[in-house]
Amino acid sequence: MALENGEKPGSSFVAVRKPNDCTILLLRLVAFLATLAATLVMALNKETKTLVVATIGTTPIKATLTAKFQHTPANVFFVVANAMASLHNLLMIIVQLCGGKFKDKGLRLVMMAILDMMTVALLSSGDGAATFMAHLAKKGNSHARWNKICDKFDKFCDHGGGALIASYIGLLLLVVITVLSIIKLLKAK
Amino acid sequence: MNTSRRIFTFLLRLLALAATLVATIVMVTSHDSTNVLNLTFKAKFSNSPAFKYFVVVEAIACAYNLVIMFLASKGSLWRLVIILDVVVAVLLASSVSSALAIAYVGKKGNTHAGWLPICGQVPKFCKHVTAALVAGFIAAILYFLLVIYTLYTVLHPLFVVSKF
Repeated sequence: MALENGEKPGSSFVAVRKPNDCTILLLRLVAFLATLAATLVMALNKETKTLVVATIGTTPIKATLTAKFQHTPANVFFVVANAMASLHNLLMIIVQLCGGKFKDKGLRLVMMAILDMMTVALLSSGDGAATFMAHLAKKGNSHARWNKICDKFDKFCDHGGGALIASYIGLLLLVVITVLSIIKLLKAK
Repeated sequence: MNTSRRIFTFLLRLLALAATLVATIVMVTSHDSTNVLNLTFKAKFSNSPAFKYFVVVEAIACAYNLVIMFLASKGSLWRLVIILDVVVAVLLASSVSSALAIAYVGKKGNTHAGWLPICGQVPKFCKHVTAALVAGFIAAILYFLLVIYTLYTVLHPLFVVSKF
């Protein structure tokens, strides 16, 4: 719609330009890399340590303990959610680059917005579960007599924290992309 | 056509309001205590940060819903309402998932980390938390239905126009 000088836009409450296709593509690329990094770092997260568990007389008894990411279902869900989010981002990038031939533009915009929203929900729930599990591992819970494990397996915890940060960056970018997609939809009306 | 859409949206919002209210209240009133070997073992929702996060997010969703239901017919803000609906739906999904992760550890324990399940000692607390989680899950699903329905009804003219 064309605006005269000094005329307020009537039907929109805030004057935004239509989001550029290039902006969304760039954001999607960075989000794809972030979620891919989170998946890989968490999936390869493993630490083995030999700890002294008891002392009989003067001989310490050692046991080899391993911390893997699949010991916790929340971490498994985190890996799966991030893998699905990076797959979604990759598909959307491909569709945006090579999908100029499709005629039904309205349906495509709606499907992109709805799928973006579903991916954001999946990713945020995976992030939330893994964050609280990591908090439990780091601080323990004295009320339930659950001991912290990060003081013994510090590399495991560090890698998990790095994967979480990457996933949160991907989540933030994906939320921005979803809002931009919805704005694009509303402006195309 | 417009009236039936508005009624359906209002109904969905009312159900979501009820679900979030139930989830908040049931989680807040969950507490149990037991005596094990002369030690009193108290379980409350505030012992775990994940449950506190769950209560806060459900309360925010409830208040937001209440405010929006009574401002629904104002025409100029409906775009902002759609975007805020998406944000609240995502927050709800995250809160249910976090509380579920911690509740799973409480119910089944984690042998690799040496964490024992606590549901055997405080069964009333466990049942309350389960009920609150079910209500939270229903609220999240209703919110997603609401957002998808809103996007569909806003864009139905767009579908029709693009076919010609």
